[in-house]
Amino acid sequence: MSLSREQIAQRVAQEFNDGDYVNLGIGIPTLAANYVPADIEVMLQSENGLLGMGPYPTKANVDADMINAGKETVTAATGAAIFSSAESFAMIRGGHVDVTVLGAFEVDQNGNIASYMIPGKLVKGMGGAMDLVAGADNIIVTMMHANKHGESKILTECTLPLTGVSCITKVITDLAYMEIENGEFVLKERAPGVSVEEIRSKTAGQLRVDGDIPEMTFV
Amino acid sequence: MAGFDKVVSSYQEAMAGLEDNMTVIAGGFGLCGIPEGLIAEIKNKGTKGLTVVSNNCGIDGFGLGILLEDKQIKKMVSSYVGENALFEKQLLNGELEVELTPQGTLAEKMRAGGAGIPAFYTATGYGTPVGEGKESREFNGRQYILEESITGEFAIVKAWKADRYGNCIYRHTAQNFNPMAATAGKITVVEAEEIVEPGELSPTDIQTPGIYVDRVILGQFEKRIEKITTSD
Repeated sequence: MSLSREQIAQRVAQEFNDGDYVNLGIGIPTLAANYVPADIEVMLQSENGLLGMGPYPTKANVDADMINAGKETVTAATGAAIFSSAESFAMIRGGHVDVTVLGAFEVDQNGNIASYMIPGKLVKGMGGAMDLVAGADNIIVTMMHANKHGESKILTECTLPLTGVSCITKVITDLAYMEIENGEFVLKERAPGVSVEEIRSKTAGQLRVDGDIPEMTFV
Repeated sequence: MAGFDKVVSSYQEAMAGLEDNMTVIAGGFGLCGIPEGLIAEIKNKGTKGLTVVSNNCGIDGFGLGILLEDKQIKKMVSSYVGENALFEKQLLNGELEVELTPQGTLAEKMRAGGAGIPAFYTATGYGTPVGEGKESREFNGRQYILEESITGEFAIVKAWKADRYGNCIYRHTAQNFNPMAATAGKITVVEAEEIVEPGELSPTDIQTPGIYVDRVILGQFEKRIEKITTSD
């Protein structure tokens, strides 16, 4: 069975380490905040200028001056800091954020990512994604392995305009967890019940499969 | 105005001198921390051909979005413009130009502009459409592109509290682009929720020193929320 959005998010959260500062993009990445293992602490960075993002407020505590990068009302966690956009991107660009998780249209075997623009369709903008992929060492991409027509989005070379070059190290899809090393995708884990053959058939890029590939485990 | 007292009493005074084809740098992120009354004054004035530099362009009918209604904006410099149907229409009709700029690069362009730095190198956008046609250079084995900074004839800023001298503090994430915008305008206008006497704000707490600010006006804010998300 391919993973649900929640299961992808749950698998993402297993990559967090105690003490990590983490930036979560809109969509599936945001859901990962719900699955942070109980025995570790992470601090969420929101690029509009909040380090230490807390949960959504109660109705009574909604504050127009307290939003996240998705423009949703949020709270500040204990020990949070609030700052300007320049400061926020200084910490992103300067490599101080430990983990960035974001979605993508395509990734390729050289770690390139396309996530913001489909030519011919209206371009809404890259927001902070280009800065985030240029700044973090540990970037996890969450995406569907193939589009609804079954065409792979895990490619030899991205076809869409890029968000960043040679920057992606980990990809978690509805079918697999892969790392990108030396110009190839390295299959690390399979979604429960998904065969290596199925993953291979839906991976257009170079895929390395070393030995038996374990299934993902969820607590 | 006497001495360092920068308080003006009308929006007309606040935006006096704004003319067609000028560049206006605006603070705010989405609808959070936007100078609502100053934007409304630009609409009332009917100034046209504006280049507006702001992370977003508001939404239909609110924020910077209202300046689209009478086609006052010629060019928008933003990182994300996805919440606005009128914007899409004018863009597709060729009535509006947009320069999509990565969010961090946009913040740094304002910061650098206000700090007298004409350009800077950043890895953001290298190898992407943003880097096309820009000078690139290698530092320590990595490629960077040269991005030029931004200044404008006007900057419009939303503060929580300002004193009469223009010293400002911001509230929560309504800070966002406001401090950088404040530095990058030849004329910087602050619209504040509260105006206090000099000395009432602790010097240690000031986030924008008054030297950057030319005019201060007391505003009234609707503070519309784009996405209300709650836990209950």
